Amino acid sequence: MWQSVIYQYDGSFEGLLCCIFESYTKKERPTAIFCDEDALPCLFEIRMVPTVPEHAQRVERSLRKLSPTVMPFLRRVYLTCLPEREIAIYRFVVKLYREGAPYLTRLSDEDYQPLLRAVRHMSAEVEHLRGFVRFSIHDGILSATIDPKNRVLPMLRAHFCERCHDERFFIYDRTHREALLYADGRSRIVPLDDFEAAPPDAEETGYRQLWKRFYDTVAIKERINPKLRMTHMPKRYWRTMTEFQSENDTVSGDGSSRDGKIVFHAGGQNGSQHGTAPALAPPPA
Amino acid sequence: MELPDKLTILADAAKYDAACTSSGAKRGHRAGMIGCTSSSVMGCCHTFSADGRCVTLLKVLLSNDCCYDCKYCVNRRTNDTPRASFTPEELAELTIGFYRRNYIEGLFLSSAVLGSPDRTTELMIRALSLLRNEYRFNGYIHAKAIPGASRELITQLGLLADRLSVNIELPSEASLKSLAPNKTKKAILAPMRQIRDQAAESKAELVKYRSAPRFAPAGQSTQLIVGATGESDRHILNLTEALYGQYRLKRVFYSAYVPVAENTLLPSLDTKPPLLREHRLYQADWLLRFYGFRAEELLDESQPDFDPRLDPKCCWALRHPEFFPVEVNRADYEALLRVPGVGVVSAKRILVARRTGPLHADDLRKLGVVMKRAQYFLTCSGELATPLRLSCAGVAANLMAVERAALPPEQAEQLSLFDRVG
Repeated sequence: MWQSVIYQYDGSFEGLLCCIFESYTKKERPTAIFCDEDALPCLFEIRMVPTVPEHAQRVERSLRKLSPTVMPFLRRVYLTCLPEREIAIYRFVVKLYREGAPYLTRLSDEDYQPLLRAVRHMSAEVEHLRGFVRFSIHDGILSATIDPKNRVLPMLRAHFCERCHDERFFIYDRTHREALLYADGRSRIVPLDDFEAAPPDAEETGYRQLWKRFYDTVAIKERINPKLRMTHMPKRYWRTMTEFQSENDTVSGDGSSRDGKIVFHAGGQNGSQHGTAPALAPPPA
Repeated sequence: MELPDKLTILADAAKYDAACTSSGAKRGHRAGMIGCTSSSVMGCCHTFSADGRCVTLLKVLLSNDCCYDCKYCVNRRTNDTPRASFTPEELAELTIGFYRRNYIEGLFLSSAVLGSPDRTTELMIRALSLLRNEYRFNGYIHAKAIPGASRELITQLGLLADRLSVNIELPSEASLKSLAPNKTKKAILAPMRQIRDQAAESKAELVKYRSAPRFAPAGQSTQLIVGATGESDRHILNLTEALYGQYRLKRVFYSAYVPVAENTLLPSLDTKPPLLREHRLYQADWLLRFYGFRAEELLDESQPDFDPRLDPKCCWALRHPEFFPVEVNRADYEALLRVPGVGVVSAKRILVARRTGPLHADDLRKLGVVMKRAQYFLTCSGELATPLRLSCAGVAANLMAVERAALPPEQAEQLSLFDRVG
């Protein structure tokens, strides 16, 4: 006796787990699940599902019992740009409950394969960005801007925290309006509405020019192959890469602040994050 | 000379070296040091140059002021080209500056022979120890061992670098004699043997003592120039196999010869680099390393060169119709790997996915099998993936048609209504 409804949740992964809980306790099948922000008026019944940590934990425990790899996998799917990923995750979980752990080996199943493909797409983007992120150094702080399709910051976190262990850095994700901040061995991801990079100083400009010079020199002109380059490095990454910027462009951000300092505008919905910005701001000159 | 000009000269002189990987070393961050190599177990491409090659490392020469006169090389003594050398400080600052901005994964340091191999190696050691010890650089370093340098110096170099390489350059002794009169096969193979032995020793030591010094933890590689001399693909592939087997090399790189010098012994200056041949050799190289093929299976006396129109795996499959069709739901991993269109990843996925039920042609496509190649060689539960039964020649024609779209226009044969009739 399953009824169809539309669920609305708060946009967190735990909230999505609560939707699964709701569906099983109320014995209903959601036809769509969406988060607060992209809610649309429609004819079906829309129910707001509250995020209750105990409910989320129960779902998590039951999934973990089936296989230890499911939860990390679902968390990744959640970060991808798969259209309607909430309902896709829901359908996958329903099938997994019904068929048990062997379902996880059915790699070509119609409800499983799209998730695998989305995660693969994200992993490729993460792999690309490990290399294609370009830092600018202002007063000893590293800053970079990216515009990825998937929410890659949580996936890039471990890599850059290790690579830049003794540095202070942040990476701003322009698409999802959030930033990864790191200083003194601690990192956090915070919503950030806008970020403007300071204009580069003489040293920074010097290194950018040296890098461009190197980049232009290493190509062997008898082997020029634009198609091959584009296959390995799609053009959408070029927007934020130093070697493709003209001389007077700044790599990250659209404008430039006059006093040469990094300016943070804390995220709209989450004012409490204001406190993190000064920790990373450069000391007064 | 200004630094940008030096960088231009020394990067330009180093660009013909094909090796640009940062894989194989796993070293986490260390307190007080800059960077790590743990990200690069799989390697990390930081950009791709206009020729489509990956740029991972700051690839430069320490100096291009060479005392050798190898005919195929831009840096030969008799070539009229501007000469420059980095000071160790310049090189270290450049590396650190690029590394912190995430432009590169590390440094690839090679050098022309300055006076003698020993002196050159000493200068390289000085530059690298400054970078490691004073500038506290913990990233990836690939260093070139100069053939003819003494054992002690190569040992020191190996302790500073993650990977060492000795370039074979020309695939036979005779070619070396005519084109690189200052190099001999013996002088090239001696350091390779030494690097192999010391790397093995260091690995054994590390098992006993955690803090034992690491000698070239990412192993060694080499490079062969393809198309400068007359060796066949078969010769090159057999040499490659021996290098992987006997010398425990991690990689052999092939570099299509780009004419940089006018010489009667070399192809003329207007020759195009044999890029397709290089591509076929790389494909065969992958078959040797990951697919369990042996060199003698791919090429033999009757067929010493690869067919430019088809990849080596398809060629092998067409010559061995008795091996096919392979049954997807039963065949073991090794047999699956031999099917054109099935790779390491898709073969492993097949093994997992068939545990819960038989696979069909549609499933294979979803698992990443390239059906436009694989369809002629597979059965799914006894059913052929393609409804047509084709002769070997028919399959070959179809595979070539698939391949033609990817080939450069001059390689793809122009179809004509009139030439081929009859």
